[in-house]
Parts: sequence; structure tokens; C-alpha cells
Amino acid sequence: MSSTPLLEVTGLQKHFPVHAGLLRRQVAAVKAVDGVSFSVAKGETLGLVGESGCGKTTTGRMIMRLLDPTAGSITFEGREISRLSQGRMRPLRRDIQMIFQDPYSSLNPRKTVGSIVGAPFHLQDIKTEHGVKRAVQELLELVGLNPEHYNRYPHEFSGGQRQRIGIARTLALKPKLIVADEPVSALDVSIQAQVVNLLEDLQNELGLTYVVIAHDLSVVRHISDRVAVMYLGRMVEIADQADLYTRPQHPYTKALLSAVPVPDPAARKERERIRLTGDVPSPLNPPPGCPFHPRCWKAQPKCATEVPVLSERTPGRSVACHFPED
Amino acid sequence: MTAPIEVSKGEAEAHPEDVLKGVGTQAIQGRSLGRIAWLRLKRDRAALGGAVVIALLILLAAFGPFFLQDPNAYHQDLIDPTMQRPKDGFLHSGISWEHWFGVEPTTGRDMLSRIVLGARISLIVAFLATLVSVTIGTVLGVVAGYFGGWVDTVISRAMDVFLAFPLLLFAIALVGVVPDDMLGLRGNGLRVGVLVFVIGFFSWPYIGRIVRGQTLSLREREFVDASRSLGAGHGHVLFKELLPNLLAPIIVYTTLLIPTNILFEAALSFLGVGVIPPMPSWGGMLSLAVPTYQNTPFFMIIPGLAIFVTVMAFNLLGDGLRDALDPRAR
Repeated sequence: MSSTPLLEVTGLQKHFPVHAGLLRRQVAAVKAVDGVSFSVAKGETLGLVGESGCGKTTTGRMIMRLLDPTAGSITFEGREISRLSQGRMRPLRRDIQMIFQDPYSSLNPRKTVGSIVGAPFHLQDIKTEHGVKRAVQELLELVGLNPEHYNRYPHEFSGGQRQRIGIARTLALKPKLIVADEPVSALDVSIQAQVVNLLEDLQNELGLTYVVIAHDLSVVRHISDRVAVMYLGRMVEIADQADLYTRPQHPYTKALLSAVPVPDPAARKERERIRLTGDVPSPLNPPPGCPFHPRCWKAQPKCATEVPVLSERTPGRSVACHFPED
Repeated sequence: MTAPIEVSKGEAEAHPEDVLKGVGTQAIQGRSLGRIAWLRLKRDRAALGGAVVIALLILLAAFGPFFLQDPNAYHQDLIDPTMQRPKDGFLHSGISWEHWFGVEPTTGRDMLSRIVLGARISLIVAFLATLVSVTIGTVLGVVAGYFGGWVDTVISRAMDVFLAFPLLLFAIALVGVVPDDMLGLRGNGLRVGVLVFVIGFFSWPYIGRIVRGQTLSLREREFVDASRSLGAGHGHVLFKELLPNLLAPIIVYTTLLIPTNILFEAALSFLGVGVIPPMPSWGGMLSLAVPTYQNTPFFMIIPGLAIFVTVMAFNLLGDGLRDALDPRAR
């Protein structure tokens, strides 16, 4: 891991305005992402986990500039990209690419595999040495598909194969950073391992950097070097994968990990299970102070008034909690 | 009509190992959705019947008038002067070897050649008007659905306004105020232009709404984001990614809009705002037949049947296309 981050995100916010009434005045805002900061070093994999609705996908889409951030900055290779116009952003898209969640909706059903995987070359005006067709067939081979399937349509493939087609498209421009939004959650468990391993092999082969967004903790554990946990639009804990899984410091992380099923019945009895009560509060009206305090079993009066800051307690390990576990 | 698609014997017996090897050097051809739809349509007899009737009708309208007799030649020797109707034929229709569909009462003009020439007017007006409304409706619908926000509000309210317009009254009034010579058109050319304008310009909101709705749901599909994240502009997304997916509903709606427009043209001609006599049109022939239908019922039945058969054929084809292109929609 090198010390200069490839991607640095600081204080990122996305508020979706809520309009109401005859004059469509803004009456409130959904704070989908409310001040998220992290950095990703070249060649590493950062896992972004959290419950549904915690803002992880929104964060990913802001890095891709599919959504414009409300505030905060996104720096890619030392260059601020969060305010670039779509036109200025276009050449940068070669370096930042995305893998999508649902392989059934991420491929245009009216296009052949060849034209889907070849689209990046046309859109970015890239000349290939032996023509686009050859380049596409090499990509298909790279992700483990039969290059003869060039002229087939997406509906002729299985979910896992479709996800591979999507990955081939992502790799076409030889990106440096790949944002993978739930890359395996729509796939059968038996196929998930294949795709996860493919992603790892590609990382070793091509020196890719990943931001993997997922809610499946075991997938994240398998693939990530570092893991960031989000709750209600905020980052609650970032740590190395091994540290986070063995010694979670934020109560929310602890609760989340205790929900991972344990296959061994003997070990299951021993471990402490934390059952959170209540629902995730609405991001329309987040609780004051620590966003987690209404569900936290360790909450003190201070938690309801003061927002805990994400601070580095030991090197490479940040927690946003007034009373972290040790 | 969703019987499984025929699979040729070789295809059914293909071995997975062969498929993996790529079976020789022959490139594997995918089955496009269009091809699958065609395989389904081929099995739908009603739709094929409709298509055949439409094809014959188009050929007849295009080339028939060159072979048939003069539609405006009077044959008053065939007319009974006291009763003002054809002397002979079944129900005083004047049907004979020379005049297969009989002759007009009073004037004795040949009905067959008038029906064929009327088909030409009906089809030209219906096709052009449909083209106009489908073009406007598709472009505005896809733009409204894709961009949303105030663009959508403006276009959707415009659709409401157009749908609330008293179209029939507007058409009648418009023909009254259009000058004899406009935009280099005059006479029947101008009348056809006015009909196309009225029908086409006021029926686009129907298809516009369908396209907008489809676009709203397509816009949320991830392939749109994928295309944008590759650096595609709005134009590329709209016309290269979204439009191919909208083709099926557009084709179906177009084939269903044509018969509506044929009926509308007939209605306008019936009310006397269609082409100028002596140029025949189906609606105009019907309105001529109304005063004497008790004496000469055939004079009314023939243009009525022509309209009926044409509209029926287009509707059968449209229904068949809908089943073939989207078997889930019922």
C-alpha cells in the first residue's frame, strides 16, 4: 500500500430536497449522505458496509459523478473532481469506472454483447490496435466468457455471465479505480464466489483499486483490505479488515458483526448476540447528537447532544463514538 | 399466443461441450428480440391475415387507379331516371361485369375505381398523420420522461391541453379559414395537408404519454447509469440506449393508431371537410349515400365495408404485434 491516496473523499454530503405544497417550496431535505470522509490508497480494496438506506450507494454514485454532491470534496489523483462539469469529467471517466448491482438491468437488452462491451471504446473515442471486435473478444476472454458469444444478446446469458459481461465493459477502458456497487448481491450464492474471485484475480493482474459497496459482511471480509462502516449517512468506523472483524470498536459495528450467521452450533452458543431494537431513524429527521444513540445500549446523556467526530484512535483506525469499545 | 418458440432439431440437441468450444469456426449468432418477435408473429394467423389484407390494400391503392376505369366518368345510361338509381343488379346496385361494385345512383360513376382511389386518400392521410403524431409524440415523450422536472411539467401540461381540444370543431373551423393557396399547396393537396395537420398534431399526446411512461421506468435501469458513467451524453442515452427499448411499444401503437386515423379521416370527410369532390373518399361516399340509403343500400354498404375491413386488418396486425413483441402485456 502506498501512502498517497488514489481517492480522497472529505466531508461529502448529499441532501435530497423534499418539496411540498402548491409552490413546491423546499420543506425538508433527506440527508442521504451527511459528511463522509475516507481515502483509498492505490491497489487496495475498501469495503463500504451498512444497512440499506445508510447512503453507501449514494456515496458510490457521487464518486462516479452520477449524482452531484451537495457539499464536500472528492479528490482523484490529487485532482478535485466533485465540481467538474460533465464535459470536463468525460476524459476522467476512463480512470474511474463502476460495476453495477443488478446484471439484469445493467445491460441494455436491445444490444449485443459485442456492442455493450465495445461501447466504451466508441464513447471515449479510443483506437484499438486490432479493431474493437478483437479488443472486445479479449475482454470477454479475460472475464472467462466465450469470445464467440460476441453476437449474442444479454437475455441469452445467466446472471453470473451477465455480471461478467458488465465487468468486461468496466475493464474496457483500463480504469485505475473501480466502484463496485453490490457486485454480487443479485447473484446466486454459488456464483457469488466466482465473481468475487474474478474481481480479486483482476485486481492482482491489472493493479486495480476497488471501492466495494456491499451489505454482505462475509463478502466484504473476503475481498477488502480496509472496511468502512456507515450508519444513517455517516461514517462510524474505518479500520483494517482484520482489526474491524476481530475487535470492532463502534457499538454499531459490533451489533452488525454479531448478526453474521455462525455455521458452528457450538461456537454459536458462546458468542454474544446483540439485538438492536427499533428501526433506523429517518434520514429526513435524524436524531440530534450521535445518529446511533436511540438504538445504542451504551448511550449516555452526552450522546444525545454532542455529535461524535470520526477520529483516529490508533493509526489506520478511526471511530466516531464517545465511548468506543476496546 | 405465447406458445413456445419452435426450436430447430439441431439446436435442441446441441451439446454444452460443443457450445463451449464454439463449434468450429462459425460465429455464434444471437437471437435478437426482434427475431424472437418475428418467430412468434409468424404463428399468429389473425395477425398474418391482417398483414396480407394491408399489403393488398396498399398495392391496390398505389397501382389500382392506373388499371381501373375513370372514377369520374358518368354512366347515366345505367340509371333509371325516375327512381334516380341503377336500373339493374342486386338491390339496384348496378353490379355487372363492367362494374364489380356497382355504380353510383344519379351519376352512374364506377364504384370500384372510386373505392380504390378513396383507399389511396385514406391511407395517405392516415399514414402521414400517424407519422407526424408518432414523431412528435416519441420525441416529446422521451424528452419529458428522461429529463423530468420542469421539462416534464411543461410537456405533460401541453399534452393535457391538446387532449382537451375540441378537435372535430377545430377541424371544421380550420377548413373554413384556410386560404385556397397556402405554402405552395392548393386544391386537394392543401386539403390533404390540412387533414394530416389536424389529425397528426392533435393525436400525438396519446403516444407521447405511453412513451413518457415507458421512459420513466427505463430511466431507472442501470444500463442508463452505465452508459453515463462511460461518458455518454444525453443525446446518446436518449437515442442510442433508450429509443431501441421503446421501439416495441412505438411499433405496436403506430399500427393501432393508423386505423384510428383512418376512421378520423372518414369522419371528417363525412362532415364535408375532407378532400374536395369529385375526388372520392370513403367518408364522403358514405355521406352521399345517407339520403338515399333506403332506395340504394349497396351504395352505403360498399364504402362502409371498405372502412371496416381496413380498420379490422390494422387492428388484428397491431394486436398480433403487441402479443409478439411483449408477451407479458395482456
